[in-house]
Amino acid sequence: MADLHELAATPAWAALAYLASGVLFILALRGLSSPGTSRQGNRLGMIGMLVAVATTLVLHGTGLIQISIAIAIGGGLGFVAARKIAMTDMPQLVAAFHSLVGLAAVLVGVAAFLNPQAFGILDTQTGHIHNVSRIELGLGVAIGAITFSGSVIAFLKLNGNMSGAPIMLPARHVINLGTLAAIIGLVAYFVTDDSRWVFFTITALSFVIGFLLIIPIGGADMPVVVSMLNSYSGWAAAAMGFTLHNTAMIITGALVGSSGAILSYIMCKAMNRSFISVIAGGFGGEAPAADGGERVERPWKRGSADDAAFLMSQAEQVIIVPGYGMAVSQAQHVLREMGDLLKAEGVRVKYAIHPVAGRMPGHMNVLLAEANVSYDEVYELEDINSEFSQTDIAFVIGANDVTNPAAKTDKTSPIYGMPILDVEKAKTVLFLKRSMGGVGYAGVDNDVFYMDNTMMLLGDAKKMVEEIVKSMK
Amino acid sequence: MDFISILSIFVLACFVGYYVVWSVTPALHTPLMAVTNAISSVIVVGALIAGAAGGDQVSTALGLVAVVLASVNIFGGFAVTERMLAMYKKKDRKN
Repeated sequence: MADLHELAATPAWAALAYLASGVLFILALRGLSSPGTSRQGNRLGMIGMLVAVATTLVLHGTGLIQISIAIAIGGGLGFVAARKIAMTDMPQLVAAFHSLVGLAAVLVGVAAFLNPQAFGILDTQTGHIHNVSRIELGLGVAIGAITFSGSVIAFLKLNGNMSGAPIMLPARHVINLGTLAAIIGLVAYFVTDDSRWVFFTITALSFVIGFLLIIPIGGADMPVVVSMLNSYSGWAAAAMGFTLHNTAMIITGALVGSSGAILSYIMCKAMNRSFISVIAGGFGGEAPAADGGERVERPWKRGSADDAAFLMSQAEQVIIVPGYGMAVSQAQHVLREMGDLLKAEGVRVKYAIHPVAGRMPGHMNVLLAEANVSYDEVYELEDINSEFSQTDIAFVIGANDVTNPAAKTDKTSPIYGMPILDVEKAKTVLFLKRSMGGVGYAGVDNDVFYMDNTMMLLGDAKKMVEEIVKSMK
Repeated sequence: MDFISILSIFVLACFVGYYVVWSVTPALHTPLMAVTNAISSVIVVGALIAGAAGGDQVSTALGLVAVVLASVNIFGGFAVTERMLAMYKKKDRKN
């Protein structure tokens, strides 16, 4: 029995098949370089997964019935979830999926620890697990466990089961660093002593640190967190790939790990914050309190849906700037309808997306795509920013901090240095916002509200756009 | 395979990942996350080995649970990516 599962003897055909599956995964990501090739890429990814699974089943072809049942249960659940999920809830779904990868990595790690022979990591002379494998296994379960508990917290925050506000424990930096140090120390100690308590303490501490790391991070920093957990799930797969000497897992792990890391970097850069400061957490927590006394009442203009409809239909070009508020009120469909009506009147309509708009990278793009907005009308920040000065109307819907000019001028502002969309340069700014009371996530007042050429449209994003559409018809 | 060959594959794959991911258009960053999610479930390979192995029953059971979890991700991840990508359309050039 055991000899059958000796991994050291992976036949050449199987090694090549795993390599092929790794290459197919690379091509899957390569396809995403443009929407035109992306679906073909996704198919290649599916084939790659099929190759990896089929190869493994041929190599270890026992218990096929249980395995088929397990795949059917999981596959069915996943498929239904993927079909039913609303596009606005995509960040939650992705966080939930990350947590599953993490948990699966932990379970595989524990299974390998309990049955090292089946994984080919048993040193038959000593009856213990190989030393190198112990480090790989320890790191694998640690990263997997952090991915799991961190993603669960991220899911709860994104799904609204838990407040998006940062939760600050006293002395959290000391606790976190201490726990991390203990995990690293134990992984090192695991090399000399492979007893159960060491392994399971590593696992338990890692679950705890994943939890502790994410609770102090606030809602608007979620794009970074989701990307970071994406990266971790990759590193967990890679660590398991090292344990199993499996090229498909190592290549995939490296791809996913770098992908998540790059996305985190892009998100941090778009907020002009260092990765460390995001991880340290607490952003947006103190702001509402500090904001109370200092805010000066300044005059601002309020507009109606009719005003907005009239102004936009007279314009030559309208740039729409969507933010998280649009997602919350599900306004993307009616927004596209508004865009269509404007286009019918001969107005040029463009959409401007800030990299951190929404709760995950590319969140706004997906929502607009869902609403049938053509992707060549949707522009990234650097491609459209120069156009605001030649634009009649900037229509800001549910975004705030990403339009705040204080980021360019006010060195004391918490968002100073963040690249922003220059909506204030447009001839007229229509700023759709729930109320004047709430400031943006960063807790900073936005000068755009009080400019002469700004008209505030107060109300729920979807209802207001519906009224505008009605007024245009 | 010895440790050094595996490490070499890993390091080179990190570089491949770096260049491939930078070439992904920002508009597709959400599908990118969904698809990387799906492919990182290649961890199912380890789960299948554990689930198929005899010897330790706990280990086999854990393996099967891991197969369920990873399958949720594989099917869910690819399906949701497909669904999203199908929505990215270019406008008709006729009008």
